[in-house]
Amino acid sequence: MTREQKRKIEGSIALSLSTMAAFFGLFWLVFILGDVLVHGIKALNLGLFMNDPAPAGVEGGGLRNAFVGQLMITLFATLIGVPIGVLGGTFLAEYARGRKIARLISILADIMVSVPSIVIGTFIYAILVKPIGHFSGWAGSVALAIIMVPVVLRTTEDMLSLVPWTLREAAFALGAPYYKVITQVVYRGAATGILTGILLSIARVAGETAPLLFTSFNNSFFSLDMKKPISSLTVTIFQYAMGPYDSWHTQAWAAAFVITIFILILTITGRLLVKWRYR
Amino acid sequence: MARTAKKNPVDMSFSVITAIASFSVIIFIIGILYVLISESSLAIGKFGVIKFLTSTDWDPVKESFGALTNIYGTAVTTVLSLIIAIPVAIGIAIFITEISPNFLKGPIGVAIELLAAIPSIIYGMWGLFTLSPIMSNHVEPFLEKTFGSVPLLGILFQGTPMGIDILTASIILSIMIIPFTASISRDSFNLTPAVVKESAYAIGATKWEVVKNVVLPYSKLGVFGGIVLSLGRALGETMAVAFVLGNNHRITTSLLDAAATITVTLANEFAEADNDIYLSSLFYLALVLFVMSFITLAIAKYFLLRAERKYSR
Repeated sequence: MTREQKRKIEGSIALSLSTMAAFFGLFWLVFILGDVLVHGIKALNLGLFMNDPAPAGVEGGGLRNAFVGQLMITLFATLIGVPIGVLGGTFLAEYARGRKIARLISILADIMVSVPSIVIGTFIYAILVKPIGHFSGWAGSVALAIIMVPVVLRTTEDMLSLVPWTLREAAFALGAPYYKVITQVVYRGAATGILTGILLSIARVAGETAPLLFTSFNNSFFSLDMKKPISSLTVTIFQYAMGPYDSWHTQAWAAAFVITIFILILTITGRLLVKWRYR
Repeated sequence: MARTAKKNPVDMSFSVITAIASFSVIIFIIGILYVLISESSLAIGKFGVIKFLTSTDWDPVKESFGALTNIYGTAVTTVLSLIIAIPVAIGIAIFITEISPNFLKGPIGVAIELLAAIPSIIYGMWGLFTLSPIMSNHVEPFLEKTFGSVPLLGILFQGTPMGIDILTASIILSIMIIPFTASISRDSFNLTPAVVKESAYAIGATKWEVVKNVVLPYSKLGVFGGIVLSLGRALGETMAVAFVLGNNHRITTSLLDAAATITVTLANEFAEADNDIYLSSLFYLALVLFVMSFITLAIAKYFLLRAERKYSR
């Protein structure tokens, strides 16, 4: 075998291995998504959204409490987390632009994005559950908000930095103070990008389970009271999937289906927005 | 800009509000560290640092706690999942950047990123209902039959193939971290200047030689940063492994045994801890995890920043 042949063969082996790796990755996506879709659709019915859970082991019942609880926890988390994140990102990209402190906070936020979410759950347990004496929906929302802040903050910072500096100068030249320049010029220029960041951060926390396990806990009854333990889809999936009853497993698949579809829609919308705005 | 900022009172207060919002990140980090240390002070006082980290005890009845079994479980599942994930992720990155026809680049990239968006609880549940039976009925008996009697290697594949074990958990974990590693590697590969690649092609290098001798050396900092970042993610992953790892506080040599990671122990026992020293020990575990993953993530960030600086030059 000549040297050239050897090199060619080595090359084609390596490249076909890479191709196989790519399809191996795709294979898992199709496998997992397909499995969730197939099992989930079979388990979906209107009663799931209309009824509260039946007593353990009894057939029937639904997950109305978990759907509503999940929405409330996520909604309040968004209301707490998004303003802090957007304002914080504004500081880094505008008032502190180029300063050392902005760089440091930006790096710390990047690290916070990947800090184990269960640690944040234990933190909130210590400051919001233990002193009060019981689990609460608020504790869950705050835990999720803490996970959201660094995500929103970093995307806001990046998106504001993309707005050309000359645009700000034009506004300054008209005599506008900096806060007016930010709220009326810079925010408008970066609105799509910030919205994308918010959507992706909601997608991120909507599937979080670990920080809710010992903050909002679970509640097998319908409740709108954020001061009490409240049910969430993710914690319900954990409890039902680990439980002994087949009817629980079916409902866990249905819940998994709903949450996966919700998150994929958010993620895809976010990506399309970016593509449409920054192509 | 600073001069205009000081003149206007509204502007002044707006800048202060944004400053407070951005400092919340620092407050969270210091707050988490402070609260975890103070909550675990009881356990720190009773077990110390070295003893807690090296003791294999985890006995709520005798109130004797040590972190070693949990740290061991975390380390083994993380390392194993990285061994599976890294070659696949780099293969995916090579495929997307060098091999794939242009019309496939976008869709495959998006598909890989959707894999990253699926919540970990879905992975965990899928692992319990779908992967675990496959492992216990087909893969694990096969591994046991093939390698079980080989000296040394056999130690890894002993025990009853239940499907709820280190191997299954590591596989799920690896599926979860493949997308992170792949997309960071892809971004690093893409930063290799076309001119450098073209000059390698011009002297007659094959595609693989260009990847091996030009692209990989050029982007190794970024790829390495991506791998460490995945390591940090894998350390703290909870729900993907909680379903299929069991909760077994023993150090086992076989990959077909149940184990416990720090995260799984927290998820299973935190809400049920019924006395102060038990709860305090769990907080101590959370503290160990926080410090471990913070350091890992900081190292990853350091490499990614260095890579960024190198490419922007």
